[in-house]
Amino acid sequence: MSRYELRFSGSGGQGLITAGIIMAKAASIYEGKQAVQSQSYGPEARGGSSKSEVIISDGPIDYPKATTVDALLAMTQEACDKYTHDLKDGGILLVDSDLVTKLPSAGKFRIISFPIINTAKNDVGREIVANIVALGAMVALTGQVSRENAEKAVLSSVPEAFIELNKKAFSIGYEKALAASA
Amino acid sequence: MSKKVAFLQGNEAAAHGALYAGCNFFAGYPITPSTEVSEVLSAELPKTGGKFLQMEDEIAAMAAILGASLTGAKVLTSTSGPGLSLKQELIGYGCIAEIPCVVYNVMRGGPSTGMPTGPSQSDVMCAKWGTHGDHPAICLVPASVQETYDEVIRAFNLSEKYRTPVMVMPDEIVAHMRERIVFPEPGEVAVTPRKTPTVPPEQYKPYDTSFGDVPPLAAFGSGYKFHVTGLNKMADGFPTTKADIVQAEEERQVRKVDANIDDIVTFEEYLLDDADVVVVAYGSTSRSARYAVNVAREQGIKAGMFRIKTFWPFPDKQIKALAGKVKGIVIPEMNLGMCSLELERCAQGKVPVLGIFRVDGEPINPDQILAKIKEVK
Repeated sequence: MSRYELRFSGSGGQGLITAGIIMAKAASIYEGKQAVQSQSYGPEARGGSSKSEVIISDGPIDYPKATTVDALLAMTQEACDKYTHDLKDGGILLVDSDLVTKLPSAGKFRIISFPIINTAKNDVGREIVANIVALGAMVALTGQVSRENAEKAVLSSVPEAFIELNKKAFSIGYEKALAASA
Repeated sequence: MSKKVAFLQGNEAAAHGALYAGCNFFAGYPITPSTEVSEVLSAELPKTGGKFLQMEDEIAAMAAILGASLTGAKVLTSTSGPGLSLKQELIGYGCIAEIPCVVYNVMRGGPSTGMPTGPSQSDVMCAKWGTHGDHPAICLVPASVQETYDEVIRAFNLSEKYRTPVMVMPDEIVAHMRERIVFPEPGEVAVTPRKTPTVPPEQYKPYDTSFGDVPPLAAFGSGYKFHVTGLNKMADGFPTTKADIVQAEEERQVRKVDANIDDIVTFEEYLLDDADVVVVAYGSTSRSARYAVNVAREQGIKAGMFRIKTFWPFPDKQIKALAGKVKGIVIPEMNLGMCSLELERCAQGKVPVLGIFRVDGEPINPDQILAKIKEVK
């Protein structure tokens, strides 16, 4: 059975659990697939390592955690060092190029990098939507859900007043990833 | 009309299940990893006239729900291991005074404050033996978000039907993971009402066994006056030390559950018909087990799974029957061997019981279970 595994990792407060939830929601509510989202985090509210895992499948999902990861987002160097070990050969690794400077040995993974947080700050206008920029990028790179369905999931998950901001963040992330991986 | 769906966490589903079951009173004290239940109910209960109380601690929260239940409310508290320890005194009170209530406990690492954000299954014995004395115990262990919703409804129903506290115990993984859930329509799932007196107030006795092992319970404030105590009591609720009454009442309280095991115990059998090896699993661990069993089958090993959905009362009869059929039982659990002891008791030495015990805050993965399946000769 098809089983696609994504991991969003970084530090607490970067909104990566939210990004994982929206990806899973896009798959299970809008794309008609099945999805499970889980997370692990430390006791701190901010800082500390944080990861959110999403399993997407056409059929029922038993084990809810990652076994071998198809696509990994690493938003800190620590996360990149810690979580690439179970990334599949030929899997996708997306990193923030400003924060992750030491990349794992080339050849094994498809590595895509661009300055995610700075894109949110400078191109979108608010650093706080870096997670949605990253989500847009992950949607573009993984192809597990359509751009339209992912956008629907984003818009149904954010407060009314921030819809335009998040729409822009998602769209810029999506386009940047396509450009970076071209 | 298509049904309402949502993408929810286990804890959020639990809160919505409680509302479906008619919960109109919640008292609790927030604790990771169960706080989302409080968050949802604090927003939802006031909308329908229900009451939400954040108490000063876990013991007070347990006391509050027992008191509220005696006024006819359908009540819930939620907590995690350290809170469950604190609630035990009053859980015993709920058992002896026969007060319906639901205790939702998310299992995290322990003992004491242990590992607040890590998963565990180490509270299952506490559900039965945590409070002292002989008493009935019902404990449900859901394995998915949908099942958490469904089982919280069933917990309310069982607590009303048997007039006793019922526990729902997801592990942290089930409580915090998110999945799609389909909400039943109103009336689609049966909701058990409380059995109330048919006699006038002057003839009412709260523990009148002429109405059966589960006597009707009047609501305080409805004109019925009666005595409630934690001491061994007579039919009218007042304390007694008369040997024959105490013996008969203790036995009746336990019999409420023991004589109705087939009505209470639920389980899932997966690929067991021709199985040589059975993995017995519960909660999130059963999801790893199903994965491992599927891989084992692909490799030509006749493995199956017995999934415990009701931990207490324990499915003795089913495990005894399995022990006579298979070559070995594998039990993965996130504790140092709790369910394992029950399985050994039921297996009576007929087959080996092989445990995989993990308490490091990480889930038991399918590879570990597959390796253990292969150890069964």
